[in-house]
Amino acid sequence: MKVRAQIGMVLNLDKCIGCHTCSITCKNVWTSREGVEYAWFNNVETKPGIGFPKEWENQDKWNGGWVRNKKGKLELKIGTKRRVLANIFANPDLPEIDDYYEPFDFDYQHLHTAKDSKHQPIARPRSLITGKRMEKIEWGPNWEEILGTEFAKRKKDKNFDEVVQKDIYGQFEKTFMMYLPRLCEHCLNPACVAACPSGAIYKREEDGIVLIDQDKCRGWRMCVSGCPYKKIYFNWKTGKSEKCTFCYPRIEAGQPTTCSETCVGRIRYLGVLFYDADRIEEAANTPNEQDLYQAQLDIFLDPHDPKVQAAARAEGIAENWIQAAQRSPVYMMAMEWKVALPLHPEYRTLPMVWYVPPLSPIQSAVEAGHVGMNGEIPDLKSLRIPLRYLANMLTAGDEAPIVRALERMIAMRAYKRSEYVDGVEDLDVLSQVGLTKPQVEEMYRYMALANYEDRFVIPTSHRAYAENAYDLKGSCGFSFGNGCSDGNNDVNLFGARSGGVRQVIPVTMKE
Amino acid sequence: MNSLNMLAFGIYPYIALTVFFIGSWIRYDREQFTWKAASSQILEKKQLRRGSIAFHVGIIAIFFGHFFGLLMPSELWYALGISTQTKQLVAMGAGGFFGIICFYGLTILIRRRLFNPRIRATSNPMDIVILLLLYVQLILGLISIYVSMGHLDGAEMVKLMAWAQNTLLLNGGQAAAAMETVHWIFKLHVFLGMTLFLVFPFTRLVHMFSVPMQYLTRKHQIVRKRFAR
Repeated sequence: MKVRAQIGMVLNLDKCIGCHTCSITCKNVWTSREGVEYAWFNNVETKPGIGFPKEWENQDKWNGGWVRNKKGKLELKIGTKRRVLANIFANPDLPEIDDYYEPFDFDYQHLHTAKDSKHQPIARPRSLITGKRMEKIEWGPNWEEILGTEFAKRKKDKNFDEVVQKDIYGQFEKTFMMYLPRLCEHCLNPACVAACPSGAIYKREEDGIVLIDQDKCRGWRMCVSGCPYKKIYFNWKTGKSEKCTFCYPRIEAGQPTTCSETCVGRIRYLGVLFYDADRIEEAANTPNEQDLYQAQLDIFLDPHDPKVQAAARAEGIAENWIQAAQRSPVYMMAMEWKVALPLHPEYRTLPMVWYVPPLSPIQSAVEAGHVGMNGEIPDLKSLRIPLRYLANMLTAGDEAPIVRALERMIAMRAYKRSEYVDGVEDLDVLSQVGLTKPQVEEMYRYMALANYEDRFVIPTSHRAYAENAYDLKGSCGFSFGNGCSDGNNDVNLFGARSGGVRQVIPVTMKE
Repeated sequence: MNSLNMLAFGIYPYIALTVFFIGSWIRYDREQFTWKAASSQILEKKQLRRGSIAFHVGIIAIFFGHFFGLLMPSELWYALGISTQTKQLVAMGAGGFFGIICFYGLTILIRRRLFNPRIRATSNPMDIVILLLLYVQLILGLISIYVSMGHLDGAEMVKLMAWAQNTLLLNGGQAAAAMETVHWIFKLHVFLGMTLFLVFPFTRLVHMFSVPMQYLTRKHQIVRKRFAR
């Protein structure tokens, strides 16, 4: 057993209101630069839809993630190492900018400077790549927002596979939607790391954050294809790949990531998980896709177990990390209550950003009396979001864990409702879903009240002890690669583009 | 003329090689962040696929052809049982074959770089300069095949080998002397070749130092430790 720690995340989709605050704050902090205008380390998708970039979940098209080969060994879906190198001159599995969208801005200044004219002045769009006028914006990062675009296009959503009669969900009365905020999964078995020919991408041992070494990256762009979540973005200006950093400077200081901190719906949770690093490959290589979820649960370690604690100490994991692991909301939701589930475990990357499936549409259907009841619990099969759809997204198609999670959330509500409204302690509903009273009280505290201190249990890293702080005196701190030089000086012998200057081509308006 | 010849083929190569080695070293040491292949595939995929593969296959073959053809001593070739005439014929055949593949690819890449609005807008001046330099050099090389057909005895090639080998052995004078009587097309080709070395550290060509062969032998996963224990 080799204990390693990871800061994991859970998103409670039941409470996501799709406000995009996470995306915007992330954008402002990390990607408001030339070259990555199109990149959203965090984005929120309305499902069903093909997502961002287009059809990212369709691995028949993009070949992301891992597969088991004929010999029963794990292999990247983009191919063996030899095939990866053979494709280095032109990567057949690379999305183009139009699969994301052509980044644009508007000529706002024209609204100020327009002369008197017959018509109201407007701010027209302009490409941020060519600087030229865009006559029509054809796609964007949230183009399908709240069921935008026609169903015929959205139904290409891969999660509809094997959902019976998917066409009926195009009807107004039958339609459904949910939000899916997405960021890098900081996987235990990251395909991007494995795909990088330069070896520039790495997982940090101390907190599991996956980062790209900007100095080592040579821009071979295989990571973009390797990542099945399409959460690595190629910066067209620097010629290097970039990804979500899990806001590591904040995490190291014990603060939540920007997306979590600013989440209006308080849907995000951050906490420590211990796992057995010796069994990563075994778990990722589980033959049956539907067993991958359980296989991943099996390599998570119980931080209350003295043996695990001793092994963690032997690995040099600090005491405050062990304590944090015991109070980890992520551990509780994933392991104890089993309400949080991994996103697309079938990619075999063992993702570490997990999701609580959404419940609200089910509740409203129950109240309208459309649904058969099973005691207090409605029959989930007849509900608005098809179980199979959620299962395709979160459990490789196995509906049982989805049912368990949803039923437990309904039971929690039913229990609290009878407690507050009827003044009755309804223990039947709890036993029906296999929860105890203390468990449901905890669930209520963490998932319904969701206080800041409960949502974010992040131990600070002991950087000051690990490094000689004297040597760091007067160094540059955080920068975008290349130490103190950003490689983007206005004058640069070595062919870097001049930085900071937007390629704005002045627009002259005809009267 | 003699002193100009000495300057171009006896002295200039050393200036070019010095800049090549020291420039690359400084860039690698000081400007890692700029060390990259500078792919533009994300902005345009179809033309790149057509052009880039042909270009790279062609130019890599041509590179190794020149490397062995110029630098392997004649004695070694004889020991392998390859006469100068045969060697020249092989060089012309293989060079022509891969030269045309490379020409096809480079033509597409240049067209793409100059006329695709996205690629053009995101190009450095150096990206365009280096493509055009390579294009001119390639065309000169292809023309030289035609010139070589005029003398199939391999004598011109031996002179070029003498130039290259003497240059590496630091015999600048003898190197320049060997070049004195070769056809002007070879002179231009060699001069421009040295110029490519000269500009190399200032272009994206540096990515050829970073061919990721170590990928084949490394483990899939990389975990970095921070804490020293």
